Amino acid sequence: MAVCIAVIAKENYPLYIRSVPTQNELKFHYTVHTSLDVVEEKISAVGKSLGDQRELYLGLLYPTEDYKVYGYVTNSKVKFVIVVDSSNTSLRDNEIRSMFRKLHNTFTDVMCNPFHNPGDTIQSKAFDGIVSGMMVQSG
Amino acid sequence: MESLTLSDVEQKYYSDLFAYCDTDNTKKVASNGRVLDLFRAAQLPSEVVLQITELCGATRLGHFGRSQFYIALKLIAIAQSGLPLRVESLNSVKDLPLPRFVVGKNEAEARHVALYQDTDSQGLYPASAAAVMPRPPGRGLQNKKAPPPSTSLPVHEVVQPLAASVEPQPEPTSPVVSPDQSPPTSPPSWRKHKRQHSGGNVDRPPVVAAAGAVWTQFREPQTAPVSAEGMWASHSPPPPGQESWVSFTADTPPSSTLPGMHPSSVQESTTIRTVASAAMTNEIQRQSSGYDDPWKITDEQRQYYINQFKTIQPDLTGFIPGSAAKEFFTKSKLPILELSHIWELSDFDKDGALTLDEFCAAFHLVVARKNGYDLPEKLPESLMPKLIDLDDSAEVPEQTADVGYSGSPVEVTPNKSPSMPSLNQAWQEMNPNNEDTAIVHPVPIRMTPSKIHMQEMELKRTGSGERETFDNNHPTSPLLTKPPELDEEAKLPASMKFVAANTVGEGYSSSDSFTSDPEPITRQRSQSGTSPEPLKVVAPPPPPPRPHPTHSRSSSLDMNRTFAATSAAGQAQASAIAYLPAVPPRPLPTQTSAPHTGLRVEAEAAPGAAAGLATTAAATTTAAATTSPQQIPQQPNFADFSQFQAFAASEQPSSLPEVDKHSEAGPVEKAPEGAGPLRTVKSDGQVDERASASVNSAKGASGPIAPPPKPVRRRLKSEDELRPEDEQHGPQKSNVIAAVLSTQPSIPRSVGKDKKAIQASIRRNKETNTVLARLNSELQQQLKDLLEERISLEVQLEQLRPFSHL
Repeated sequence: MAVCIAVIAKENYPLYIRSVPTQNELKFHYTVHTSLDVVEEKISAVGKSLGDQRELYLGLLYPTEDYKVYGYVTNSKVKFVIVVDSSNTSLRDNEIRSMFRKLHNTFTDVMCNPFHNPGDTIQSKAFDGIVSGMMVQSG
Repeated sequence: MESLTLSDVEQKYYSDLFAYCDTDNTKKVASNGRVLDLFRAAQLPSEVVLQITELCGATRLGHFGRSQFYIALKLIAIAQSGLPLRVESLNSVKDLPLPRFVVGKNEAEARHVALYQDTDSQGLYPASAAAVMPRPPGRGLQNKKAPPPSTSLPVHEVVQPLAASVEPQPEPTSPVVSPDQSPPTSPPSWRKHKRQHSGGNVDRPPVVAAAGAVWTQFREPQTAPVSAEGMWASHSPPPPGQESWVSFTADTPPSSTLPGMHPSSVQESTTIRTVASAAMTNEIQRQSSGYDDPWKITDEQRQYYINQFKTIQPDLTGFIPGSAAKEFFTKSKLPILELSHIWELSDFDKDGALTLDEFCAAFHLVVARKNGYDLPEKLPESLMPKLIDLDDSAEVPEQTADVGYSGSPVEVTPNKSPSMPSLNQAWQEMNPNNEDTAIVHPVPIRMTPSKIHMQEMELKRTGSGERETFDNNHPTSPLLTKPPELDEEAKLPASMKFVAANTVGEGYSSSDSFTSDPEPITRQRSQSGTSPEPLKVVAPPPPPPRPHPTHSRSSSLDMNRTFAATSAAGQAQASAIAYLPAVPPRPLPTQTSAPHTGLRVEAEAAPGAAAGLATTAAATTTAAATTSPQQIPQQPNFADFSQFQAFAASEQPSSLPEVDKHSEAGPVEKAPEGAGPLRTVKSDGQVDERASASVNSAKGASGPIAPPPKPVRRRLKSEDELRPEDEQHGPQKSNVIAAVLSTQPSIPRSVGKDKKAIQASIRRNKETNTVLARLNSELQQQLKDLLEERISLEVQLEQLRPFSHL
């Protein structure tokens, strides 16, 4: 049910971005980019308690009138960003979490592929499939 | 269908192809193997081929009519030229080179073919066409080749299949090989020169068409693979097939084998590229066409895969790590993207490594891809890793001809249910995990007494300073450590958290060890009984009921020994036990119940058997001593002495040692001996008090436990109080202890699996342990006191005696 899903590498360049409404993609790209700032802020904030297990799920990064942006960061500083439509109020936190979990799992599968070089954009069809499944079906 | 204008060359070429494909001579080519092969040989991405078929209307019609076929061919040519596929271009593009069909499973060969384009423009095409023609007849083609070239058209950039003929070799894979496969063998590699058609085309086109048809149908794994399979199944034209798909493993070698195969191929090989393999595949497919599953792995294939697997990983049940697999498959020269996709498909359990099955599946997919088959989106069932390992030995050694996935009759790859090998692996992984987890339960089984363990446990558990004080105070007694530990234990029982039940077990075991003597055991039992939480658990650590006077902790050995020694003596002095009770009442504040129990035990012990009493007294005293220093407060402990009775009885031997432990060397020694006299003395309140006091003091001094005087005082009191109690309770206590002890063994075993329960039981046991230890110490003290009393009494007696003598 997401409108846009993005995977950003540790160095803050995108590994994978996909939006459903193929128009206005640039807008989503921009949104994701700005959300990175919020992600960084959240990471650094939690980093104070270094010993503690940092929560991977960052939650709602920031809402706009059109959509909400959720963030998730892995232990290797790879960030997942999901943009959902604000009108889609049925999405609960748990669902977002499960989406992130699925993303994370699929992402690790991609990483496990020896033919994939970390740092390359993700070209796995399986990953695409999963992401498409999560995108707004309206296509 | 759009009107199509073909040049002469094209016309001829196409008609040749069509004839080739039109095996049924129905003037319309169904999407049969040849067509597919042909199209596949065009080396276009499958999507393009699909597009072409759609554009030409074959999809609509369901078959390739001549016109559709021609259109398709033209589109192929267009696509190969890199032009976008448009219907309009059909007619607009002039000078379009002839579509090239290359059976290039091997991309290298494809490239090779490309070379030909520039070579010999003389339109060796016909030759290739000839080659295209089924081999057997193929020979004839060569003849044809000649003429055609002559008539070859202007060479655009003619692809030079014919030119290739000049160079025989190169396309080793050229299916030409097709060992006499029936004629229709898909044109091994027919290169169609763009405009080269020449007469040879006649032969070729059919082949090409066939291939094309095959190509279009490539999408349906069924047909394509079938053809491939067919190829395989049939004469297992090993070399070509092998080369084609194996080629990447050894880039060239495979191809080399081909040439030898077909004499005719010499010429054709030149022109005919490696389409051979495809052709063969198709042919075989046609022949065998019985196999529906294009993805099945034949025996030979599997055997080959297995051998390859072995070269990387000798252990067939082992894994190939991702990096090794990457290198291996990179040799196939497939694009990384495709390899990545193949990996995703084949690494079923996503572990970054390939098992034999996964490897075979991946290999198979690579072969398929190299042969032009598109990669599936999902792993085909036949390639799914099996749950059980395939029987490798089953296969035919022939590894060649694996080009196609010929549906070999042999179910080499049993269709496993989609359950994955991951399950297997999961199971394997789980087992060890399970085992590990299984081990988790510490299990408090009643451990056999191991004094050392006890000592360790005690040491561990009692980390408090008591121990230190004890140690300081009782340098002499080996048991020194024990009392303190006992005290500590008593103190910490609740807070104690055993790291693992094992430790508890150990501790308990150690306590058990102390209880080597039946008496101690009973003592402990009673003690445990008295302790608030009867050590149930753990079997190992004798639950609290181990009122073992001998502190399970440390030097229990000594204590036991001394107790044993003293017990004997104590026994003799059983009668004197009476005073044990005197010792006791020392409030064992630390041990809420323990002290009580200890005291009581002591008290009870006194009246009971001398030995028992002595022990109990000692225990109580020790307990008192131990407890007092810790928490003098709890006076009410006295009441629990009843429990000590049994304890005392049993613990006498242990108490003695305890007494020793507690008291200084002197008193300690005295204690055992004095236990008797002490006991007797105890009957005399004062004496008892004194004794107890002495014992207490001794004990206190020895006991690391807190303020000796206090304990002493307490002990006196307790002893006094206890004495009568002891006497009364003695027997009871012993009974109790015995009872408790008897019940002990049953308790431990039950624990088991529940970790929490175990931990709780461990805790309880520890507490009991401490209680018992304390009791023990107290009893020891009492014993000492009694002994002192006895001594004093003896002295008095002697004093009196002379008079008697007089």
